[in-house]
Amino acid sequence: MDSGSDQSSLDAARLGDKLAQLANQAGIRQWDIGVGCSTDSSVQVDRGEAKQLKGAQRSSSTVRVWNDANLIGITSTTDLSEAGLARALEGAKAASAFGNPQETPNFSPLATAPLPILEQPLCPSLGILNLLSTLKQAEAELLARHSALSSVPYNGLAERRSKRIYLNSEGACRQQQLTTASVYLYALAEQPGRKPRSSGAVRLAYGAADLDLAGCINEAAERTIAHLDYGPIPTGRYTCVFSPEAFLDLIGAFSSLFNARAVLDGVSLSSRESLGQQLAVPFLSIYDNGLHPANIGASSFDGEGTPTRRLSLVEGGMLSHFLHSEATARAFGVEPTGHAGMGAKVSVGANWFEVGPTPGSDGGASGLDRLAASHNGDQGLVLIDSLSALHAGVKASQGSFSLPFDGWWIRHGEQRSIEAATVAGDIRTVLQTLLGFEGQAKVTPDGLCPWVWVEGLAVTGEA
Amino acid sequence: MAFESEAWSKLLEPLLAAGRAAGADLVEVFLEHVDHLSILAEQDIITSVSPAFGMGAGLRVFRGNRDGFVSTNDLSEAGLAAALDQALAMLGLQRPSSAGSAQFGGLQRLRDYGATKQQWLQSCPNLTEASGHLLAATNQLQRHGSHLQSRRGSYARNWQEVLVVASDGTHARDIRLHQTVGLSVLASDADHRASLSRRYGSTDNPDDLRHWDGEASATDLCSSAATMLYADYVQAGQFPVVLANRFGGVIFHEACGHLLETTQVERGTTPFAKKVGELIAHPAVTALDEGLSSGAFGSLAMDDEGMEPQRSVLIENGVLQRFLSDRAGELRTGHPRTGSGRRQSHAFAAASRMRNTFIAAGPHTPAELIASVDQGLYCKSMGGGSVGPTGQFNFAVEEAYLIEAGQITKPVKGATLIGEAKEVMPRISMCANDLELAAGFCGSVSGSVNVTVGQPHIKVDTITVGGR
Repeated sequence: MDSGSDQSSLDAARLGDKLAQLANQAGIRQWDIGVGCSTDSSVQVDRGEAKQLKGAQRSSSTVRVWNDANLIGITSTTDLSEAGLARALEGAKAASAFGNPQETPNFSPLATAPLPILEQPLCPSLGILNLLSTLKQAEAELLARHSALSSVPYNGLAERRSKRIYLNSEGACRQQQLTTASVYLYALAEQPGRKPRSSGAVRLAYGAADLDLAGCINEAAERTIAHLDYGPIPTGRYTCVFSPEAFLDLIGAFSSLFNARAVLDGVSLSSRESLGQQLAVPFLSIYDNGLHPANIGASSFDGEGTPTRRLSLVEGGMLSHFLHSEATARAFGVEPTGHAGMGAKVSVGANWFEVGPTPGSDGGASGLDRLAASHNGDQGLVLIDSLSALHAGVKASQGSFSLPFDGWWIRHGEQRSIEAATVAGDIRTVLQTLLGFEGQAKVTPDGLCPWVWVEGLAVTGEA
Repeated sequence: MAFESEAWSKLLEPLLAAGRAAGADLVEVFLEHVDHLSILAEQDIITSVSPAFGMGAGLRVFRGNRDGFVSTNDLSEAGLAAALDQALAMLGLQRPSSAGSAQFGGLQRLRDYGATKQQWLQSCPNLTEASGHLLAATNQLQRHGSHLQSRRGSYARNWQEVLVVASDGTHARDIRLHQTVGLSVLASDADHRASLSRRYGSTDNPDDLRHWDGEASATDLCSSAATMLYADYVQAGQFPVVLANRFGGVIFHEACGHLLETTQVERGTTPFAKKVGELIAHPAVTALDEGLSSGAFGSLAMDDEGMEPQRSVLIENGVLQRFLSDRAGELRTGHPRTGSGRRQSHAFAAASRMRNTFIAAGPHTPAELIASVDQGLYCKSMGGGSVGPTGQFNFAVEEAYLIEAGQITKPVKGATLIGEAKEVMPRISMCANDLELAAGFCGSVSGSVNVTVGQPHIKVDTITVGGR
């Protein structure tokens, strides 16, 4: 009944020695392992009372082994005891008989390269009862902002201490410890005879004591109150102004454009030949930068031990690089970029986007003015605050999207919340019809981005 | 060690007693062993095999209306005791130095729903056999499809052994088995692209993959892909819509089902909280949720709180009858438990969740529904959806056709249906006589759980169709 894992003292060197011993006993010569352990505390409140208090101790590992035919197999487990690891090695060895002979991942050539140094303070835990009192106070402050704010149905304050390890049989040894904290507040506003409205905000930090609670409360209140006065919008084509969060959501949903794994699998809109071609307007640049100081909880290495780094994806509107794992990088004849997961077929994913104007470009200046533009004609502008249901409304391999959104219609200098609407389009067209940026780039949990203007998107509201 | 062993009750009873002696109203422990296998076939090769196994515990302590929940992978005596202490501390409680048993009458005799299921894991297809079925299916996609740029088949087998004990004497064990097979294609021709997928799932049937008709599935998917490849984008607006049976039931799941879970009552995010006994839908609508249908993806012998599932009539002839409730929901809202306490794994506290949820069959034929529409949309295949905190729902349509003068005409793509539950339920005016269920996954407060959605063909008098 004993899992035997002592997460608090999980030591990479000792784990490596144990794996080497167990692998040797199993006749396995080449292996690697990724391990994660975490301790979490979180609270939710409901109108001044604790709703739920949660704690968790989690551990997980994925072991990969290569057999004598150089085919790879994996097994994952939450059992980090010696017996559990031995069973995982045996399972991976058995699975290796079904490895893909056409593409075998190898160790990353950068698995022992120096890692970037991240400024990530390890913060002390506040403890769950302190989290509770803090969140109760935040809820009360938010509800006090406006008489229409009736509850905060979705809320949470959480803190986490975690550790990641990557080891391989050639001596690679990576480990990273981290503390993170998060708060989210989504308020519900209700007025007699009107439909309920909702919006909210999120903040991240390395410790719960460092969370910008006041900023989160302000933003949640302002966003929700700004949706109280709502009305329908006629169906039609509009110039749309995406909030930083909304545009980053859209870019993230179509990140297979930049994903070498998706390119090789034939499910990306990009191909090998797309590199160097014009994907977007010349004044748009997109970087993936997991190392940005504002990326709370950044990883210094990926699932294969490759160091994280800043990578240009779109520069001057041209597709400049793809995100790679070891296997895709080998197929393209380049170095891995630090975007790999871990598996028999290694996934590739983005870390944290920086979206903005190409340095020195003439177009896309940040001076676009929504109020001034709203006076041009009768159509006005649509501000898209947040997108919903990306999992259902995005067809990444087709390029199309049709998504519900919360936002405002600005016309003749007046801004009114939109009752209910969807926005639809094609990502390639969006990138080619960007009008420019508004304001300075804003830090969000998913990246850095200013408000983004896009021409002529289909908005469905009232018929 | 399997959970029917008495060693577990001997280990857990002192914990439950200690929790009660500390002042908890109720202590519940959920234990699980899991064994998972997933396989991915791409084109004509197996590209990923991912086995996984693990175990864990979730301990929940109630006091008054509050509860503390702790999950851990450490099932040792010390690990479970530490988790209990942590959960008690959340409620300002701590174990007395000597655990009394005065407030704990011991566990009931084990209700062992898993006793007849011991061989299920061994009876499932092994890697070789499962891979063979998948490769045969991707080969069928190649045979029946055209312009296919990508062909994928996936198989997942989830085996779970659970034990639920609680200080009210609850003592129940079960073994669950869920299998899913998915097929997906990306068709491409010049600037035209269409990506479509189908998923099939079953519960408690080790032979399910062996009996799956991969060729019929491949034929169906390729037919849809060929149709949708050259489809125009749908014109946006508000139309009458006919939704096909099976996965069309996602509209009730998203638009109404979630709002009938007591978690939503607790949050104050359902417009139906005080509407029991009132007309909330068109009188043509009767809707149910149950966990009993043999082999259905949302069926279960007991819920994750040890209660046998019930057949719950949610709406009868348009009138709201009841809510889906779990232990916490009953405590906080007064709605009696329905065997709907569900969770993805030990890492989540159980919450009221749907199981097999469907609109009951009506008197019409599907053709009558189509014929009743002058200009509208026929939604043959639905994608996923969601519902927001204000009751606003949305879902994507994978395969749709225009209805013109009572006839299905040309295919269209890119449609999203949006609306509000309160407004759309009274507009479901016709139900056909061809009820069918379809397997799916539902993500919510207690993680991702397997469910079925279902309905006959239904007609919605008007709904907002997002498009271009």
